[in-house]
Amino acid sequence: MRFTGWAANYIDERTSASTAVKALGRKIFPDHWSFMLGEVALYSFVVILLSGTFLTFFFDPSMTEVEYEGSYVPLQGIPMSVAYHSSLDISFEIRGGLLMRQVHHWAALLFVASIGLHMLRVFFTGAFRKPRELNWVIGFLLFVLAMALGFTGYSLPDDLLSGNGLRIIDGMIKAVPVAGAWISYLLFGDEFPGTDIIPRLYVLHILLLPAILVALIGAHMVLLIVNKHTQFAGPGRTNDNVVGAPVMPVFAAKAGGFFFLVFGVIVLIASLFTINPIWNYGPYDPSPVSAGTQPDWYIGFADGALRLIPPHLETVIFGYTWSWNVLIPLVGLLVFLAAAALYPFLEAWVTGDKREHHIAERPRNNPTRTAIGAAGVTFYAGLWAAASSDLIATHFRLSIEGVIHALQFVTVVGPFIAYFITKRVCLALMRKDREIALHGYESGRIVRLPGGEYIEVHEQLDDFERWKLVSYEEYQPLMVRPDARGRITARQRVRAGLSRWFFEDRIAPVTQKELESQRH
Amino acid sequence: MADVHDGATGGEAPETAVEKHSSSAPSPGVAVERADRIQNPGFPPERLRVTDLDPKKEKAAERTVSGLFLLSVVGSVLAVVAYVAFPIVEGQPETIRLNNLFLGLGITLGLLGIGIGAVHWSKALMHGHELVEERHPTRGSDETRAKAVEIFQAANKESGFTRRSLVRNTLIGALVATPIPAIAIFRDLAPAEDPVALLKHTMWEEGVRLTRDPSGTPIKASEVTIGSAFHVIPEGLAELESHKLEEKAKAAVLLMRLPLDRLNEREDRKDWSYDGIVAYSKICTHVGCPVALYEQQTHHLLCPCHQSEFDVANHAEVIFGPAARPLPQLPITVDEEGYLVAKSDFTEPVGPSFWERAL
Repeated sequence: MRFTGWAANYIDERTSASTAVKALGRKIFPDHWSFMLGEVALYSFVVILLSGTFLTFFFDPSMTEVEYEGSYVPLQGIPMSVAYHSSLDISFEIRGGLLMRQVHHWAALLFVASIGLHMLRVFFTGAFRKPRELNWVIGFLLFVLAMALGFTGYSLPDDLLSGNGLRIIDGMIKAVPVAGAWISYLLFGDEFPGTDIIPRLYVLHILLLPAILVALIGAHMVLLIVNKHTQFAGPGRTNDNVVGAPVMPVFAAKAGGFFFLVFGVIVLIASLFTINPIWNYGPYDPSPVSAGTQPDWYIGFADGALRLIPPHLETVIFGYTWSWNVLIPLVGLLVFLAAAALYPFLEAWVTGDKREHHIAERPRNNPTRTAIGAAGVTFYAGLWAAASSDLIATHFRLSIEGVIHALQFVTVVGPFIAYFITKRVCLALMRKDREIALHGYESGRIVRLPGGEYIEVHEQLDDFERWKLVSYEEYQPLMVRPDARGRITARQRVRAGLSRWFFEDRIAPVTQKELESQRH
Repeated sequence: MADVHDGATGGEAPETAVEKHSSSAPSPGVAVERADRIQNPGFPPERLRVTDLDPKKEKAAERTVSGLFLLSVVGSVLAVVAYVAFPIVEGQPETIRLNNLFLGLGITLGLLGIGIGAVHWSKALMHGHELVEERHPTRGSDETRAKAVEIFQAANKESGFTRRSLVRNTLIGALVATPIPAIAIFRDLAPAEDPVALLKHTMWEEGVRLTRDPSGTPIKASEVTIGSAFHVIPEGLAELESHKLEEKAKAAVLLMRLPLDRLNEREDRKDWSYDGIVAYSKICTHVGCPVALYEQQTHHLLCPCHQSEFDVANHAEVIFGPAARPLPQLPITVDEEGYLVAKSDFTEPVGPSFWERAL
């Protein structure tokens, strides 16, 4: 104890650490299972850093051609790049090397997956609203960076599968108008594949991109602390308080323990299940390719977009080639991603709501937003499934043409269907909530009245339970009104139209008056 | 700056650093605020845990937690034991699996022991009450903001940033210009040649033999039977000292023989085939994957990356999938020894499209 006191004093006199402890030590974090998704992302990133550092000690990104002399018999004597050779050596010669490769790859898959789910949680609960719009944008950039890190890392072993992935990137870059051939030439340092791309991607993968990612994670965390975490509606919880566990000790123990759980589960998966068996693919060679080629899951939506384009979309105008079959998916995906990044600002404009929101909404209580989200998810899912179109066809014994046409339908029409179904389901759930808040729930107790009539007794909710069902925000569409100079601007008409679309179907929360009139 | 916007300018609230009207009520937009909404009932009564009520259970939980931490120590020790006890033995691939499995399971136990222990500790034993913290508006207080504006104004006055517009504008110009060298120095990422010229030529030229990939042995026309497909590289590619893969990425070819009555050829390309044997570029015209799958009954080629289908019987035209153009055809014939040779290079660039392709 005396030592602790001495050490604390020593540090504080040199760093003023007590100020930080005072400010943050008892900071409150609300509790909900969905709040762990972001934590999973953060912790799997730490696992990626640790396992990746181990890998850099053994990996050599050179593309110099050598003959394989390692212990894996089927590849002995085959020419390959040093990068592929050293990846094989990590897998086959170094104790724990294969484990670390698999930990790194599984953690990367989990990293992107948990970021995606975390974004969906934030989107569907409206946790991106003021004051968190900027943090949403930072999170979006983290998502894009995670995919970029995943793709660059996946390319490093220089195996046949990842080489074909780079070939596709090369083909897409070449389709870029005006500068495509040049960008590809400079990126690869020669004609494809060249001997520079792996070392270049290596620098991006282990230095530049992680540095940006760490900086953005820092900004993400700082804003999380400044804004404080959102919480779900509940008795005693308001927009002006945070209810939950203090950082010291409960949250620190839970979060710290959770880091070890995430790490442990990743290592468990890596010790039991193979991922990316590069020795089966062979070294990169532009001529062979294996059937069933597909990228890691998070690049699937981009690959699927390429697959869904109908044939013959290319035009030559004044001798210059426009490859619509690549440009349409490319631009389409950029628009989709931009819409996701900018959504908070669009919604804020439509609602005109400039208040701060700290209560996470239940998705049903904002039917239009939830329906938009469902449409986006369906669009993404259509593209994503298309990246496995050939495997779907072979596994389910369907024709590839049929699968592609079905997925074209899912991607183009599916979002609209998902939108309408989701919106109706949300409204129905809101009606159901209203019904339960007013009349209570069916208790299952059947009573026979003296007159012979049977009724089921409805049990009223207690005030605490009811609060969860009635405490949501209500909005109404914006009315078009002339401004100070008596004009109605086109901008205002658009805004009113969007607002009407956003809010015209709505269920009002139960009021005190309604509740009381029910009771008598 | 702030007093310029003093007073309402009409429309929406003026977005100034210092707002004169009450800052505590930002616009609710189109939100409805009802007077008779149900009131927040406040916190529900707290429910105690078994460990709060029963000292025996508390003691048991304590033992469980420390047991889990001890298990973690055991796991970490086992991992080191596994590292030594399951070495990788050359010539025995199954030892890699065992090393991976037991090392991994040991580390897993070490990690999960701590994880489960810590979470159990926090849930069962640590003080379980929920605490409440007040939120404050994210914006700084009016006083702070006024101070910040004052600082900016003072800085502006002392430096003359706004007043000395010539200094400011030339500075902006200089800052915009400085990154230009940073862009320029990336030109040498690639050699000085023009990539467009390179993309338009391959190793094929008149008299170059078609050879098998990867062995490089030449192919006799008589060896190409109906239904078979050969993966072909130009003679000499395997012996290249440099740029082997770059040349292969352009020159890879598929060779097939079709029954003469099935082969539909364009009038001007009748002499590009030899006795029903045709050679097409193997590099997909979509984004450049090898079009490696040949269906010998229908004579269709399928690209395994994005499922473009090409009909070899019909000048390799696109019949399905995202590709836009047919695969380029390599004109072939036989030399005096009966080996298949190219009559010339491809007559158009192979592989994915690029801006200057058709020029």
